[in-house]
Amino acid sequence: MSGVQVSTTVNGDVEEFVCHPGETLLDVLRNRLGLTGAKEGCGTGDCGACSVIVDGQLMCACLVLGAEVEGKMVATVEGLADGNKLHPLQDKFLEHAALQCGICTPGFLVAAKALLDDNPNPTEEEIRYALAGNLCRCTGYDKIVRAVDAAAKDLRKSAGRKSSKKSGK
Amino acid sequence: MAEQSYTDQEFKVIGSRVRRPDGIDKVTGRARYGADAFAPGQLVGRILRSPHAHAKIKKIDTSRAEKMKGVKAVITCDDLPDLTGGRGPNYDILVNCMARGTALYHGHAVAAVAAVDEPTARKALKAIKVEYKTLPHVTDVDAAMAEDAPIVQPGVEHDGKPSNIVNVSQFGHGDVEAGFAEADVIIEKSYKTEQTHQGYIEPHACLASMGPDGDGELWVTTQGHFTFRTVCAQLLGLDIAKLKVTSSEIGGGFGGKTHVWMEPLALAMSRKANRPVKLVMGRDEVFMGSGPTCSTSMDVKIGAKKDGTITAGLATLRYQDGPFPGPWGMLGGMTAWACYDLPNVQAVAYDVLVNRPKVAAYRAPSAPMAAFAVESTMDLVADKIGMDPVDFRLKNVAKEGSKAAYGPTYGPIGIEATLNAVKNHPHMKAKLGKNQGRGMACGFWFNFGGQTCTDLNIGTDGTVNLTMGTVDVGGARASMSLIAAEELGIPYEKVKCNVGDTSSLGHNDTTEGSRGTFSSGMATIFAARAAVEVLKQRAALMWEIDVEDVEWEDGAAHAKGIEHSNLAPLTLAEIAKKSPQTGGPIAGHNEVVADGAGVSFASHICDVEVDPETGKSKILRYTVVQDAGKAIHPDYVEGQFQGAAAQGIGWALNEEYVYGEDGRLQNPSFLDYRIPVCSDLPFIDTEILEIPNPNHPYGIRGVGETSIVPPLAAIAGAVSNAVGVRLDHTPMSPPRILKAIHDANGA
Repeated sequence: MSGVQVSTTVNGDVEEFVCHPGETLLDVLRNRLGLTGAKEGCGTGDCGACSVIVDGQLMCACLVLGAEVEGKMVATVEGLADGNKLHPLQDKFLEHAALQCGICTPGFLVAAKALLDDNPNPTEEEIRYALAGNLCRCTGYDKIVRAVDAAAKDLRKSAGRKSSKKSGK
Repeated sequence: MAEQSYTDQEFKVIGSRVRRPDGIDKVTGRARYGADAFAPGQLVGRILRSPHAHAKIKKIDTSRAEKMKGVKAVITCDDLPDLTGGRGPNYDILVNCMARGTALYHGHAVAAVAAVDEPTARKALKAIKVEYKTLPHVTDVDAAMAEDAPIVQPGVEHDGKPSNIVNVSQFGHGDVEAGFAEADVIIEKSYKTEQTHQGYIEPHACLASMGPDGDGELWVTTQGHFTFRTVCAQLLGLDIAKLKVTSSEIGGGFGGKTHVWMEPLALAMSRKANRPVKLVMGRDEVFMGSGPTCSTSMDVKIGAKKDGTITAGLATLRYQDGPFPGPWGMLGGMTAWACYDLPNVQAVAYDVLVNRPKVAAYRAPSAPMAAFAVESTMDLVADKIGMDPVDFRLKNVAKEGSKAAYGPTYGPIGIEATLNAVKNHPHMKAKLGKNQGRGMACGFWFNFGGQTCTDLNIGTDGTVNLTMGTVDVGGARASMSLIAAEELGIPYEKVKCNVGDTSSLGHNDTTEGSRGTFSSGMATIFAARAAVEVLKQRAALMWEIDVEDVEWEDGAAHAKGIEHSNLAPLTLAEIAKKSPQTGGPIAGHNEVVADGAGVSFASHICDVEVDPETGKSKILRYTVVQDAGKAIHPDYVEGQFQGAAAQGIGWALNEEYVYGEDGRLQNPSFLDYRIPVCSDLPFIDTEILEIPNPNHPYGIRGVGETSIVPPLAAIAGAVSNAVGVRLDHTPMSPPRILKAIHDANGA
């Protein structure tokens, strides 16, 4: 099988790889780039464990071909923290014990990031619907919703600080 | 026991909501699960599965697949001879891993390949030709018990005739007939529950590596790596000590990862190819080839006096086990009446074979179905005599000293406390609107202890490595670290807990029966106390006094007595630092059969709204009250309660295996087997009660399973109260609710 050469950006770094034409982005991330944070729970886009953000859009990496990300910006859970500083979502997931087995956690974090990028002040219902594409079998979602809500508050607070600094207030 | 008084002590760190030690890895994507391991030269394994529910396998031709470029091993049952001593223990596991002459269910493995990559492996599967002769099949438990049913396993007999009934168990005491004769009111009703899957998000996955010398390694997502080692070694003819099994991070198990499904195939292929083989199930394979719980058919009869005293209870339970005998009906029979103190009670439980996947443990296995039938009938009796359902249960509730229907006499138990908490809960008093209903129900689970082995090593800087042998299914490393810190008197952060592989610890039973925190907690306490004895000896050496004059308090050795008042306490870190000069490494070990797992009870309240036009129901409010004995880390105890309730909600309302007339599973995907999603559920309120288990030094009872038991009945009660018709068949999906409404209106 002849390969497709792809040049893309993953978590801010330029990545070049050759993949089969039929190979999913998930398989590329996991097997070729060594980024195993995205998980395959179903391979059919039903569980959200492989959630990634491609050019600002939340996607299931199992439903995207590796060849399709040519020239795009891919963000995975591995790029969520800023150096040794956890993203507020990661921090709140730990504080609220929003994970048990943790297999769905990368997908939830990425999906929640996509939500908060788009809507910094979501209601409980908006959080629940935004995360409805991500399956968790351990938690009943209770602590996940609380963690996302707490992270949103944190992010709004720091955004407020930043904007007040900018405006010199 | 001296330990008993400990349950009354004030804890320093137990009960605090610390961050889990494996947390950073899990929020950054670094944690390594079953499918996240790689080995040099690894091959990709794939399994060929039967398209038929029941078929003779006349011939398997693997010659074309074997000749394909990139295919390194092809195996059938011929590569897995019966080494169990002739259909001995674990033979069923072998047959389930790979069909031997007969495919027993849709999805039964018949062959497997290992190839250089996924596309090649898939092509090779297509090149394998299997000749089948289909046989009559049966997938329904009642149909399987009928006189003329197709026989699933030849050789099984009941009443001297070929049958699918593999076991009949009976539990109870008193005279049930006499009891019913005394009753003012008798209710008798039949129920059905459909088959559900544990639904862990991580599919089964392993990486097997075997050399021609018989040494092997297995990396696998499992709840019991020691048990997997024993089973795999037996089935492949290996020395137990030469197979090292490492449990990966586990992405959910709920009982489904207590069973060996495909790991011997990966090892056999690795041995044949002399290369590592990674074998990962697809989601369809998880549904078809691993783990569902039973579907059931049940009859329950309860008789009571007008004052609410139950005079007799009788349950007849029919559980299907898939094509292999299991303890599932028996467990249903044992748990059915466990919440109540009844003078005359009986449970008769049938285990029945059908052409469905081999049934696996699913969180308090078999208890939710029996509770659905018994608790629903309890509601009907309460309604008939005009008594509040909580009061009716309290009137008959089991207490310390009650003789359980399954045999034992209870010690201190929490069922009455959970019922009182429910009775006084604000949720019970909240107003309901139109098309809304409330239900409540109780649940029981035994819990389990078992063989456990823990190792505690103190470093020269005073930090502590704790190696446990039960698998961390959701926060156990945090709990064990808390326990070690409590015993040693050091900060939580000074303890690092790891799950040891099979070569680093003695045997640990599988992490099942909610035993992780109970049994490894016990072994950790004893290992830490053993280490404290060593620390005291070392302090005595450093001080040059008798060890009898040393006591341990607040993380330091103290010299007793006025004559030693000049000796300042020696901290754990100070003693550890000197350990190279005082006798070498300081450690504590414990190997124990952790007896005395305390039984556990829960009571739940649920509010539901049903749309009478569509039959769709929505959970409005949900409250869990459960006895934890002692909550080591309350966040993860609450998490267990909430997760169990959510699984019960899915079971009650949505989840089911759908079989066609052809015996094929119609919905092996998360699209068509729909588990609850975030927008389906409200916040799930929890109330942790702590009635200490006198058999555990900290009073711990297992907490993982019990709360999956009440939801089916609690939700059935809520839906029934919302629509005015009793629902008796789970899942209570929109079509079933609509049908129940229409049938009632037509009647």
